[in-house]
Amino acid sequence: MDIQEYKGVYIFIQQVDNKIANVSFELLGKAKELAKDMETEVTAVLFGYNVSGLCDELASYGADKIIMVDDKALETYSTEPYAYSMYNVIKKYKPAVVLYGATAIGRDLAPRVSARVKTGLTADCTKLEVATDGTKNLMMTRPAFGGNIMATILCPEHRPQMATVRPGVMQKVKPVDGAKVPVDKYDLEIPAECKNVEIVDVIKKVSTKMDIQDAKILVSGGRGMGCPENFKLLKDLADALGGTISSSRACVDAGWVEKDIQVGQTGKTVRPNLYIACGISGAIQHLAGMEESDVIIAINKDENAPIFEVADYGIVGDVTKIIPIFTEEIKKVMAAKNA
Amino acid sequence: MNIVVCIKQVPNTNEVKLDPVKGTLIREGVPSIINPDDKAGLEAALRLKDSTGAHVTVLSMGPPQADAVLREALAMGADEAILVTDRAFGGADTLATSTTIAAAIKTLKFDMIITGRQAIDGDTAQVGPQIAEHLGIPNISYAEDIKVEGDCVTVKRQYEDRYHIIKVKMPCLITALSELNEPRYMTPGGIFDAYRNAEVKVITRKDLDIDDSSIGLKGSPTRVCKTFTKSLKAAGQLVNLDPQESADYMLEKLKEKFII
Repeated sequence: MDIQEYKGVYIFIQQVDNKIANVSFELLGKAKELAKDMETEVTAVLFGYNVSGLCDELASYGADKIIMVDDKALETYSTEPYAYSMYNVIKKYKPAVVLYGATAIGRDLAPRVSARVKTGLTADCTKLEVATDGTKNLMMTRPAFGGNIMATILCPEHRPQMATVRPGVMQKVKPVDGAKVPVDKYDLEIPAECKNVEIVDVIKKVSTKMDIQDAKILVSGGRGMGCPENFKLLKDLADALGGTISSSRACVDAGWVEKDIQVGQTGKTVRPNLYIACGISGAIQHLAGMEESDVIIAINKDENAPIFEVADYGIVGDVTKIIPIFTEEIKKVMAAKNA
Repeated sequence: MNIVVCIKQVPNTNEVKLDPVKGTLIREGVPSIINPDDKAGLEAALRLKDSTGAHVTVLSMGPPQADAVLREALAMGADEAILVTDRAFGGADTLATSTTIAAAIKTLKFDMIITGRQAIDGDTAQVGPQIAEHLGIPNISYAEDIKVEGDCVTVKRQYEDRYHIIKVKMPCLITALSELNEPRYMTPGGIFDAYRNAEVKVITRKDLDIDDSSIGLKGSPTRVCKTFTKSLKAAGQLVNLDPQESADYMLEKLKEKFII
């Protein structure tokens, strides 16, 4: 393999129901930095059916070029038609780097592609850099052992260098209105054998809740809340602040709250403007999911709780006593503001 | 029906602690367990055994001590256990691991392969789909429910905001979520048989038809260039006040930061 032949940073654009996933925009933002360091371009790889309307949005978020495969077989995500398409894009265009969101789609597609191309794949990266030793290799950093250690991984002799990247970690760029970039429509013939499974039904989960990854303010509860009923206190505070609630793993495991609001290594990575950790001791797995928040307030009985090591403001005390008073104070401020 | 369940022996990462002085992992005394997603996969296979009489083979790649998780699986009700072990397999990344496991599975009869979605030590979720790719069979990841009808399997496949109900003809590979079920306990009789009478079959390098360049360190495109413990950001202020003062303190800080 002549690795010099492989050029460009390629992003797999995840679209579901013709809506592009947030993580794809985040990756375009990161790819712009990487491409600058590698002196190359950012290419968005878009698969789907009747998706050409999404191209301008990709341009505005930083793609220099778009490769599009538009086919009925790609309308709904299914492993083989997508793996076949990505494999052929890699064979034809020879990218140096291919990045995927570490989502339920990306984490299914990327390993399948890596085994077909016979190249390396680094999972769930939280940091990507370009090596400064002249190789311009991609340095992929990810947590391992449940977030207890970080490992930086290279794929020095194989191309493309592939990684899945945790949603919510990279920053998207401010979109440039009216941006236009060239679109290469790749007329790939997807063979009938690719359709090796049948999607009998699609069941959407009904959720009226806000995705905690989109929240600007999170009021997060841990085991120290004592009982599920006390989450009501957090909900009241979140409502007063215009935020939403999240939790640590312990409360999910105990069945107090739903898994979709879990922050941490096995939950979601969040970086809100304000994170209020209530009765959360701060296991390393939890910290891995929230330490990038702009401002962190922690309330805990135990002054030695690890959460205080990442908190900007730590309060030693009984969370169930402090929160109701705090909520009332916030309500007063908000009422005065709106008066 | 023949089901092969791939299981991994992992340290219980919830109990891994950091040495506060050296900043390294303290691994001593950390118990090894069957990886939780794999255990759910095993339970799913055992339920199919209960309902259809399927033959369940458990397979693990790892050092000789992985024998322990295979015996636990036998004690839960698996029919046969295979340990894939050899120094030549050491240092493998996910690609080399999946190549090795796929080669071992090729020596067996299978209609369905079940792996866990991901292992709690590496969290990669790669080996399952990669095994399927090497074997040239479809894979369905993130299974929350598995039903068998004739030579077809129907799987409830989880995504972040939806499920797909997917029907696939066997042979196929399914990756299991721990939400799939509550794994059963070992039975006393099962424990007795597993630890006294049962044989764990061992597969080594020479039993497999694979190229040296595709296994172990040589077959691994990725290289770990460094590992480190995360440096946490500097701690901020810590106060110990009564509830009203605490609330006032927070209010003041939120105003300072222009959050409210």
